[in-house]
Amino acid sequence: MNKPSVLRRILTTDLPVLLIVLLALGPFAWLVLTSLTPSAQIAQSGVSVSPSGWGVDNYVRLLRQTSFVANMGHSLIVALGTVVLGLTVSVTAAYAFSRFRFAGRRLIMLQFLLVNMFPVVLLILPLFILMRRLGLLDTHLSLILANATVAIPFAVWMLTSYVGAIPKSLDEAAMIDGCSRLMALRRVVLPLAMPGIISTGIYIFITAWNEYLYALTLGGRTVRTVTVAIQTLIGEYQIEWGLLAAGGVVGALPATLLFLIVQRRLIGGLTQGAVKG
Amino acid sequence: MSAHASTMTLNSRYPVPWQRRILPYVLLAPAILVVLVVVFVPMVEAVITSLYDLILWKPNASRFVGFGNYIKLFADPVFWVALGNTALWIGLTVPLQMGLGLLTALLLNREFPWRGLARALVIIPWALSSVVIALMWRWIYDPNTGVLNDILLNLSIIQSGIPWLADPKTALYAVIATLVWQGFPFFAVMILAGLQGIPRSQYEAASIDGASAWRQFRHITLPGIGPVLATAGLLRVIWVANSMDVIFVMTGGGPGYATYTLPLYAFIRARQNLDFGYGTAIAVTFTVLLGSIVAIYILRTMREVER
Repeated sequence: MNKPSVLRRILTTDLPVLLIVLLALGPFAWLVLTSLTPSAQIAQSGVSVSPSGWGVDNYVRLLRQTSFVANMGHSLIVALGTVVLGLTVSVTAAYAFSRFRFAGRRLIMLQFLLVNMFPVVLLILPLFILMRRLGLLDTHLSLILANATVAIPFAVWMLTSYVGAIPKSLDEAAMIDGCSRLMALRRVVLPLAMPGIISTGIYIFITAWNEYLYALTLGGRTVRTVTVAIQTLIGEYQIEWGLLAAGGVVGALPATLLFLIVQRRLIGGLTQGAVKG
Repeated sequence: MSAHASTMTLNSRYPVPWQRRILPYVLLAPAILVVLVVVFVPMVEAVITSLYDLILWKPNASRFVGFGNYIKLFADPVFWVALGNTALWIGLTVPLQMGLGLLTALLLNREFPWRGLARALVIIPWALSSVVIALMWRWIYDPNTGVLNDILLNLSIIQSGIPWLADPKTALYAVIATLVWQGFPFFAVMILAGLQGIPRSQYEAASIDGASAWRQFRHITLPGIGPVLATAGLLRVIWVANSMDVIFVMTGGGPGYATYTLPLYAFIRARQNLDFGYGTAIAVTFTVLLGSIVAIYILRTMREVER
């Protein structure tokens, strides 16, 4: 086969890819532009495409006049709490699944897979009743527990495949050298699985940060996360698109940045898990 | 954990059988315990609640009605509308996501200088929260100042602005378009991984034999990514069926019942009327309907795990 010319490559590959990248990024770019255009100008002449019409007006208002920073704090607590809870209980579970063959293993694995498929709507209503009964409504703990419904099964599956990829002979060697099972887990398996644990943790963080329905239902006046707060930025009489856009951009930033940093590894893990099952 | 460690060290070299047998269960206990508390207890509670006539703000009037809520459900026209919408919602969203994802993956699998960058950028919608996505698209669809109407008017495709989300005829499709946008990167990434697993030599052999690009696609590419397409497709059906946050923020189910899906109907019913008995009955019905798809997915996955 002769090499296709550069022009042909640009027409058949670069250009279509560019279109798809534009499609993927366009809406968010539009949101950024909206957030940079002062509200008064949006109402008059629409979103400004040129830098001359830009300002940080909306961002200043967002930080000064709303409780957005406090909302970010709540989101951070909930997301970090979910990560800690999700990872601590999942690491040992993943170790058990990948290193032992025991009665009920298949059934318990199946249970974790099944839980991941449960409709949010089925859980959200009884969780509300449950948290209300326990007096946990509007606390960080209720949101962390609710997010755990998604985080734990996911983490168990991801980590099982990560730990499974670490050769058994390594922890067996450590045990011959006098380590107990749990010491082998801590000294040999944990360090080796660390990249997997970190990317699983980051994935949990992103999902917990972005979670909306639980935060709306189980949160309240005291604990209001970013996702719920963004919705309240809609003005009372008319929609304040500029302010709303600024909130959307700032609220999306932590998760998006984290995602970009780890995306290669994360996607490797996710797709591997899916391809392998 | 440290307490366990000290007792285990004594016997670790020659573990006593019962300890070795119990260890995996001990390791699993925390995860199982939390999942029992936050998933299985609520699930049982949901099934029980669905048998009661329970309005949350008057708990004393709560009474057992057996399958009353379910019988009511079958006579409820909104249920059937929501069921139809759910079918349309899944039936359009998933194939469109898959099609666009396949196209993206095929393009990203080619050689060009900025491939790594393009791959990183395309996935960004995936990391955005549903609320941001929903509000963003509401802004784009805005009938007066939205950019979509602007573009279409400038290209003179339409003569006057269309109220995308306020018109019952277009609302569901507008939301579906948003979901397609949100979900296609997932497919692209999964399919790309599948494509990279196909040996290059197969294509070389085929082109030596004179197979056209289309025949290569049909006989090498498609069979090669078939399993990935099936897994990703099933996963997405479940995910799309469950997802209601985008619709909830974009339209709240309206106009009228035009964008009600089953989970959304259950949620709104419980949230606005605090009618938890009926709401959970809808949720349980939806879960049972979805169950068949979940079962197929789980059977597939467990087969893989056993290997």
